Amino acid sequence: MIYIITTWFAPSSIHRSSLLIMQRILYMIEKEFKQLRRNKVLLRMMLAAPVMQLILLAYAANFEVKNLKIAIVDQDHTTYAQRLAGKFRYAERRQIGNFLFQGYLPNSKSAYEELLAGRADLVLIIPPHFERDLGKENQASVQLLVNAIDGTKGGIASGYAQTIIRDFNLAIRTENIDFDAGSLAGLNVTNQYWYNPRLEYKTFMVPGILFELMLLIGGMIAALNIVREKEIGTQEQLNVTPIKKHEFILGKLTPFVIIGLIQFTLGLVVGRFLFQIPIEGSLLLIYGFAFLFMLLSVGLGLLISAISDTQQQAMFVVFFCLVIFILLSGLFSSTQDMPQWAQYLNLLNPLKYIIEVGRNVLLKGSTLRDMQSQFFTLLGMAIALIGLASWRYRKTV
Amino acid sequence: MIEVENISKAYGETRAVQDVSLSVEAGELFGLIGPDGAGKTTLFKILVTLLLPDAGRATVAGRDVVKDFRALRSMVGYMPGRFSLYPDLSVEENLHFFATVFGTTIAANYNLIREIYVQLEPFKNRRAGALSGGMKQKLALCCALIHKPEVLFLDEPTTGVDAVSRKEFWEMLGSLKKRGLTILVSTPYMDEASLCDRIALMQTGKLLAIDTPSGVEKLFKKPLFAVKANDTYRLIQDLRQAPFTITCYAFGEFLHLTTRDGFSEQQIAHYLAERQHQAVEIRPIEAGIEDSFMDLMQHG
Repeated sequence: MIYIITTWFAPSSIHRSSLLIMQRILYMIEKEFKQLRRNKVLLRMMLAAPVMQLILLAYAANFEVKNLKIAIVDQDHTTYAQRLAGKFRYAERRQIGNFLFQGYLPNSKSAYEELLAGRADLVLIIPPHFERDLGKENQASVQLLVNAIDGTKGGIASGYAQTIIRDFNLAIRTENIDFDAGSLAGLNVTNQYWYNPRLEYKTFMVPGILFELMLLIGGMIAALNIVREKEIGTQEQLNVTPIKKHEFILGKLTPFVIIGLIQFTLGLVVGRFLFQIPIEGSLLLIYGFAFLFMLLSVGLGLLISAISDTQQQAMFVVFFCLVIFILLSGLFSSTQDMPQWAQYLNLLNPLKYIIEVGRNVLLKGSTLRDMQSQFFTLLGMAIALIGLASWRYRKTV
Repeated sequence: MIEVENISKAYGETRAVQDVSLSVEAGELFGLIGPDGAGKTTLFKILVTLLLPDAGRATVAGRDVVKDFRALRSMVGYMPGRFSLYPDLSVEENLHFFATVFGTTIAANYNLIREIYVQLEPFKNRRAGALSGGMKQKLALCCALIHKPEVLFLDEPTTGVDAVSRKEFWEMLGSLKKRGLTILVSTPYMDEASLCDRIALMQTGKLLAIDTPSGVEKLFKKPLFAVKANDTYRLIQDLRQAPFTITCYAFGEFLHLTTRDGFSEQQIAHYLAERQHQAVEIRPIEAGIEDSFMDLMQHG
């Protein structure tokens, strides 16, 4: 008979201590969720924020130029002048431009007044002898006054108007010279827009907003949460316990990563079903990136909390970073059009990379291989931030 | 149980603790007495491993506060001066949280906190932030005890607490001491000093004296009188100008007057009668801790 006596001393003690650590971290996380559940205002805001922001930014704050108010000064009163004016009056029916005809004005002085008062965005002035000049000299000019305070809008308005005038020009020339417009030498350009065929602003914005919100949750809420522990003194109390730095950090990071992913899901559902945003790429890939970005955001929050003593300080630092990140991110304007120095600065902007990923994976169906440079950059940033935060997070002053 | 050798700590120009040495025996209830800003909290933070000393060394329960800080953390209980629990967690959740963090359970060490916790039990589902001052402090004590520490550090536990709760609190400390716990407690209240086994008087970062409460009282060697009259304000003015006076302080309704040797009650009475004081009472008294402390602060 052989008795096998096994001494489990070492393994069981390791097992027990790791169990203890797990328990400790799990309870940290449980505590965090309990506190969050009791913070009704914050909880509601965090759930409402993605839906609200998506709706507001996607519907209200868009760059599509619509409803341009146009007034016309007709000093010629001929058939041609009427026809040109008519093109603007009924432009909306022809799907070109988006003009709202405001009416005729007697002279250019009143045109200036309309522009000043904001009752017109652009004014078309058809000078006297417009038809005669066009007939005799085969050329005539019209004047277009455009309110260009908002440069983008002014540019687009002027572009629309020029298209209409060019159209009109072509029409009367074919009538007079009596040949078919189609046989005129020239290129007929037909655009086909890929990945966002209807040039929907919403389609462009939603993927960006999803990640911007994650940065907000990770950066702001996590930073404030940890600084709050400093303020109420529980940080100090925890520092006298055997809890280790990485356990504390893990216990703090995990809840916010989970919350961020829940918010991301919420935003994705709203985007998909309310805004019909296509999800061309792999859902697993986009969630993988969301997870990575959430780690990065919480790492940033942690770093900010480590260098701040009060919630006020933390709030301001977060705000400072977020505004820069968001403005440079390409959420609103293309990053390639920014000056060179801003593009260099943007190399450090995590939001820029993740918005590229979001748009490419969701709209284009890009794969991890396509996004590998973004992946490694974001991974590097996440590791650097969490590492730096842990190092700064000294338990003993 | 606690050995402090020449500990110093400065914050920039402010020398919070200067060359402090003291020794606390196992099972002792040791009081650190001193006014606000004396350096009590800084000394506490060094001993519970929250601050690194600039110079000197200290051990608690045989562990060095710098080198063995990790081992030490599960052996000490620390109750900071400010309420430092989660106000949005309930009484029970706070206790459970700290028990878990220390790798233990409430049940395992319940006998240690039972006496205190029974008073909290009716409120166990109440958020800690909604407790009264006395209750908060009892909860904080429970949380500091839940891992069965060997040494308990209480930093001004009774500041801002009503008189009844203060008395209860000191009774609790008494029964904890009976269980063999070593307790270091700081307080700005002199009346609490007499409840300690030994006390250290601290001022501007330095220890003025370490002795038993009666030993500290005996440090006071000069004649001391309690004086009272109708017009206290004028009385204090006149006595401070008297030729026999060393110091004169208000202590409740009486003034405590320290005089040079060789002056009698009659001479003081005569001096006051000359200045038209009414209803004068004068009697020689034994010095209390506060008298000693005031004297040490002046000359120490």
